[in-house]
Amino acid sequence: MASAHLLSVLIFLPLAGVLALLLVRQDDQTWIRRIALAIAAVEFVLSLLLLRGFSAGTTNYQFEELRDWIPAPPVHYHLGVDGISLFLVLLTTFLIPVAMLASWKSIEQRTQGFFITLLVLETGMIGVFLSLDLILFFLFWEAMLIPMYFLIGIWGHERRVYAALKFILYTMIGSILMLIAMVWLYELSGTFDLPRIQAMLTSGQLTLPFRTEMLLFGAFFLAFAIKVPLFPLHTWLPDAHTEAPTAGSVVLAGVLLKMGTYGMVRFCVPLFPEAAHRLAPYIAVLAIVGILYGALVALVQTDLKRLVAYSSVSHLGFVVLGIFAFTPTALQGALYQMLNHGISTGALFVLVGALYDRRHTHLISEYGGLATPMPVFAALFLFVTLSSAGLPMLNGFVGEFLILAGTFERHTVWASVAASGVIFSAVYLLWAYQRVFFGAITQERNGTLPDLDRRERCILFAMAALILWMGIGSAAFTRRTETSARNIIDLMQRPQLYNASSPAGVPPTAASETGVH
Amino acid sequence: MFPPREDILRVAPELVLCVSGMVLMLVEPFLGQARRGTLLFLATTGAALALAANVLSATHQGAAFSGLLDVDSFSVFVHVVVGLVALLVVLGSADYLDREHLQHGEYYALVLFATAGMGVMSSAAELMTAFVGLEVSSISTYVLAGYRRDSPRSDESAMKYFLLGSFATAFFLYGIALVYGSTGTTQIGHAALSSFPGAPSLLRLGLALILVGLGFKVAAAPFQVWTPDVYEGAPTPVTALMSSGPKAAAFALLLRILATTDAAGSFWFWALWISAVLSMFVGNFAALAQTSVKRMLAYSSIAHAGYVMVALAAAAAAGQVALGVAAALYYLAVYALMKLGAFMMVAQLGGTSEGHLEIDDLAGLASRQPAAAACFSLFLLSLLGLPVTAGFLGKFYIFNAALASHLVWLAVLLALNSVLAAFYYLRVIVVMYMREPHQDWAPSPMPWAITAVLLATSAGTLYLGLFPGRVMGFAAHAALSLPLR
Repeated sequence: MASAHLLSVLIFLPLAGVLALLLVRQDDQTWIRRIALAIAAVEFVLSLLLLRGFSAGTTNYQFEELRDWIPAPPVHYHLGVDGISLFLVLLTTFLIPVAMLASWKSIEQRTQGFFITLLVLETGMIGVFLSLDLILFFLFWEAMLIPMYFLIGIWGHERRVYAALKFILYTMIGSILMLIAMVWLYELSGTFDLPRIQAMLTSGQLTLPFRTEMLLFGAFFLAFAIKVPLFPLHTWLPDAHTEAPTAGSVVLAGVLLKMGTYGMVRFCVPLFPEAAHRLAPYIAVLAIVGILYGALVALVQTDLKRLVAYSSVSHLGFVVLGIFAFTPTALQGALYQMLNHGISTGALFVLVGALYDRRHTHLISEYGGLATPMPVFAALFLFVTLSSAGLPMLNGFVGEFLILAGTFERHTVWASVAASGVIFSAVYLLWAYQRVFFGAITQERNGTLPDLDRRERCILFAMAALILWMGIGSAAFTRRTETSARNIIDLMQRPQLYNASSPAGVPPTAASETGVH
Repeated sequence: MFPPREDILRVAPELVLCVSGMVLMLVEPFLGQARRGTLLFLATTGAALALAANVLSATHQGAAFSGLLDVDSFSVFVHVVVGLVALLVVLGSADYLDREHLQHGEYYALVLFATAGMGVMSSAAELMTAFVGLEVSSISTYVLAGYRRDSPRSDESAMKYFLLGSFATAFFLYGIALVYGSTGTTQIGHAALSSFPGAPSLLRLGLALILVGLGFKVAAAPFQVWTPDVYEGAPTPVTALMSSGPKAAAFALLLRILATTDAAGSFWFWALWISAVLSMFVGNFAALAQTSVKRMLAYSSIAHAGYVMVALAAAAAAGQVALGVAAALYYLAVYALMKLGAFMMVAQLGGTSEGHLEIDDLAGLASRQPAAAACFSLFLLSLLGLPVTAGFLGKFYIFNAALASHLVWLAVLLALNSVLAAFYYLRVIVVMYMREPHQDWAPSPMPWAITAVLLATSAGTLYLGLFPGRVMGFAAHAALSLPLR
């Protein structure tokens, strides 16, 4: 049966595509592009099979694959998908062809290398979302750094080498400590298998002393927080985003940042609930600071791409807040917002990239009055901007609403302060929009800029349709993530801490005060 | 009296190496300059046969020559590593020797003799035999380091290596004398060394001197000062040999003493801990400042000695000896492959008289020789320890051993050093991929022999990074074949 190995196929199909690309002559750019796109498209279609075979009602991992890989210490090739990772995989397979199409013409040098890099990146990203073994997860997590490093460093803009180095070093510092934490967890539990460690923890077979749990949580959290990036670890992001080529920014914003939040949901919260509870207030403060700080800094940017980059810091602050509110609603909102951000910000980067292809500058002051020569572009830009600002009926609203509502249930103050971020995001996005598109045409050559061509319209209309669908048909998504989101909250239960029968998501606060077992 | 057949089989690899070396030296005068191909063929065959002869010794394990040697899985593992190194070095040196107009026959013979010495070091069950092996291997490498006689740097390198190396061997020998004086035996792992009878302070001093001597040989801080100059001055293929083979053999000897001798384990622990930390930081920080690829790789090999020292410290801590030994062995195999590949790449790209060793000389290599650049990047990423490459799993096993022995701080310091190392390894990749090529100079195309060596090492680097099962199983078996304390 094909679906028995569907996940492996999803991971390794892009790699097979790399081999195919290597067979094409280096200067045959047309065929290199076509083959790469074809592979990415097939990959997307295959990933849709996941949706069909996925059953929403179970907390188990689905499409599971388990095989021995390294005998001692035992590392398994263990894959599986659940409501948390399902849509992130789909997001990845969707954004890769988008990224390819967006850079269809702008990449002229080393085309073969570019598409190979994108495909290797896809393998790494899907591997991260599907791995259920700590070391396998780490393998994909780190391996993905290399293609991203090349993507920024070779095909980026002026300060690309600096940005690429900054990106990889930041990420490595976090992740190497995570590796130590993983091995430590192995010394304690005797396995690298995530579901087994989880089962041992929830059944009380394995108890972590409080200090150990805090250290392990810290090591995992640091790696993920850098990736997200959580304020004050965000400084690599604006550089990486600004210097990366359009495809790099789309993938970076769309998928890579989600790995951080995914890791928090998958590892930090369910494995180390005691530490998570204890540290949640501090993390929430950082998240809220990030929301406001990101928005305020975005407000004063003169560079359009940097503005979008800072808006990511702000938006992902919401996601982190949603995760550490520990209510199923907020968690679902966080999951939803991860997808929203991927699509909306991805689309914004595609739009900014289209502008850059025409004028080779990101400076807002260079533009003005673009709505006249480029009406379709202006309309789509507005649509995406509104979705990013959280207009009702569009996707951003659903995510932000769920997060704020879920957070409000337990932390009124957090939610109230964070809500002001929604207003700020409308301010900086619409103000930037106004400066770029409205008013008189400030520069003569802007008056003759061509509107979007067929290729660009294809991508952007597809993304806009998705934005609209996720805004009005959110139930199709939340229905599938609900069980898993609840399950994450359930997994935080520890027999020695809370009464196992107490309602999910409401651990008695007294328990987190006692701390030590 | 002729030794028993079993004993002969147990030293088959060394015998093959020595006989091939002597044949090469005898044949060379009769062949003349035109027949270099024949010499290369003889040398390669000799090295390959020696590698194959490990099957004989592996199937006839046991003590040989009245307990002077102990052929067990441990020694077979190291034999395979150094044998492979010898084979690849011989194959990869031919074009370099041609380019620099150097004698072939002697060179190959010296490589083979050095390898025989390393073999003896790894199977020595007794300190004097180990000393003989150490000298055979060292003296051959002293000569090899100065093989480019017309180059002052090469002469300097040989001189420095010889003088400091002699000091180190003298320390080692004195250490043996003190151990013998206090315990009355030179057998490694002898009960007398374990139970501290008589004068423990004398024994301690002896063990300390042995550690100093071997610490020098593996280029671990604070005995690393000679390394950059010697590695930089020596002909690059010789540097490739020095950084992989003798290092593995010296570490093997350290491991054997450490794993089987109680006194060494407890007494060396802090020394190893400190040496590990020092080596990592000294190597990495110094490598950051280098502009020459060769010198940078020389410093990085100090850092890598530090990584292996972490595994040794883990083995020295009580309880998890086998885990530490296996991790060290695995890392040595991995390290030999990736470092050999990297140095061979430098040997090829350095051009005539090694005139292009600066990092900047690699500018734009990716657009000129994409395969070479990809290969070099693979070695660098593996040295850096990124996943999918062997270097990652090597470090992973060391982490595992260190944490099993509760050396959390050492593991954290190792982790920080990996990030530190990223700076200089990635800089080379940046230059290769993200700079425009020089107009005035281009590296010559790859000859087939170098290509073969690079293919073998990169395939090995990927294999050990993806499917470590067999080799790691072998390493674990090797660790358990020692009479662990």
